Amino acid sequence: MHRLPPQVKVVALLVFVIAVVLMPREAFWAHALAGCLIAGVMILAELPAGFVARRMLVEVPILIFALLLPFFGQGPTTRVLGLTLSVEGLWGAWTIIAKATLGVGASVVVSATTTIPDIIRGLDRIRVPRVITAIAGFMVRYLDIVAGEFARRRVAMASRGYEPRWLWQGGPLAQSAGSLFIRSYERGERVHQAMVARGFTGRMPTYGDRPASLRQWVLGLSVSAVAVVLAVLSVTVIR
Amino acid sequence: MSEPSLEVAGLFFSYPDGHQALRGVDLHVHHGERVALLGPNGAGKTTLLLHLNGILRPDGGTVRVAGLDVSDEAAMEVRRRVGLVFQDPDDQLFMPTVGQDVAFGPANFGLVGAELEARVAAALGAVSMLDAIDRAPHHLSYGERRRVAIATVLAMMPEILVLDEPTSNLDPASRRELIDVLRALPITQLVVTHDLPFALELCPRALVMDEGSIVAGDDTVDVLSDEILMKAHRLELPYRFDPRGGTGR
Ligand SMILES: Nc1ncnc2c1ncn2[C@@H]1O[C@H](COP(=O)(O)OP(=O)(O)O)[C@@H](O)[C@H]1O
Ligand SMILES: [Mg+2]
Repeated sequence: MHRLPPQVKVVALLVFVIAVVLMPREAFWAHALAGCLIAGVMILAELPAGFVARRMLVEVPILIFALLLPFFGQGPTTRVLGLTLSVEGLWGAWTIIAKATLGVGASVVVSATTTIPDIIRGLDRIRVPRVITAIAGFMVRYLDIVAGEFARRRVAMASRGYEPRWLWQGGPLAQSAGSLFIRSYERGERVHQAMVARGFTGRMPTYGDRPASLRQWVLGLSVSAVAVVLAVLSVTVIR
Repeated sequence: MSEPSLEVAGLFFSYPDGHQALRGVDLHVHHGERVALLGPNGAGKTTLLLHLNGILRPDGGTVRVAGLDVSDEAAMEVRRRVGLVFQDPDDQLFMPTVGQDVAFGPANFGLVGAELEARVAAALGAVSMLDAIDRAPHHLSYGERRRVAIATVLAMMPEILVLDEPTSNLDPASRRELIDVLRALPITQLVVTHDLPFALELCPRALVMDEGSIVAGDDTVDVLSDEILMKAHRLELPYRFDPRGGTGR
């Protein structure tokens, strides 16, 4: 799992998510099997449970939203445990929770086994325009440096007694952001010089991405393929 | 004598704000030589380096690299021949991984596939950083980043390696590793530095630059021992350091 080429993982994730979205909501079994599939892959990839749980937290806002639906849904109602709930709302909640959980779960697997540079490289391989991937690459590379500079600036200010508590005390910090911008701009100029010095003419070269082998594609897409089969079965069998 | 690796003659340059940074620079570096370029802050050293591969264009004078004039037509070839290592490795390492960064130069000059990978591996090997090939530059220590920055230009197989203050911000152990790496490289080197013991250990010959021109040039030992010259150009040896003593070479 960790060694699959990034483009395979990105495509596999995409196919899996599409398959899950296409499953009819009545097909509980298909969703359940897809869930087992993801859980199986997580175990295969040896992802620690706590790690997965923390990553899954991004789903919480979606869950809260979904749980509210049955209370505010329109149309016919049903009584569950003494609560009057909208039938459509219940279906909506189920669909969102099931599909979001599967989608987030699959994304967690890919992001946990792939570094951001690799994901960018994967996007590059599947022909996402070079400009976009180059910008994404620069952001990953320099985010950290700019954030580091900002943090150092704050420490320097704090150690000279500047401790903004209220919005109207933020002036110096804002000014410092201004000079940070200039510094970043000057760095950009120096980086550009360094690129030109190594023969940069405006086109980013590719390197290091060996094309994925057929075996790797088959391996990587097998999980998604099962999900596709589930989706197709659930569409034809249930309907 | 053979044709010099680098030959600079009568170089003049003013920045757009009117500040005259170079006022007639003359120097040469022979093939296989290691030469130190010393001088106080603001002497024009960095400005001079930016002329060596045509990033800045002179108002007058010439720069020749292995007999090739630095001019518009030859710009690409000159950039391949001059390996410029900038002062701040964070300016030089801009790709997501070390391997991609080292490949950037040779790939721009048309190298692909196995040949490119071999070139990258050789360059990283030369600075003992092959293990870091898949790591992100910002996860490396400052000394490691400096060595990777050197690998990025070695990968272009330059005629001459040009370094701007390579020991700044290095701890003593990283500085020692850098000296060992540079001494082992069989390549012409021009090294700008404020680290005079470093210059003495690495470079047999030293040039002194001040106020936009070369004011002295001789055996490094003799330059560092010339107290009047040193004082006049704000160069100061570490406390109790004797360039003629047992230290260095
Ligand atoms: N981009 C610039 N614009 C205007 N003046 C500059 C610029 N860069 C450097 N200078 C000036 O040119 C002179 C030489 O600078 P530099 O080559 O960086 O010196 P050194 O590297 O020897 O410390 C200095 O006086 C500096 O202030
Ligand atoms: Mg400088």
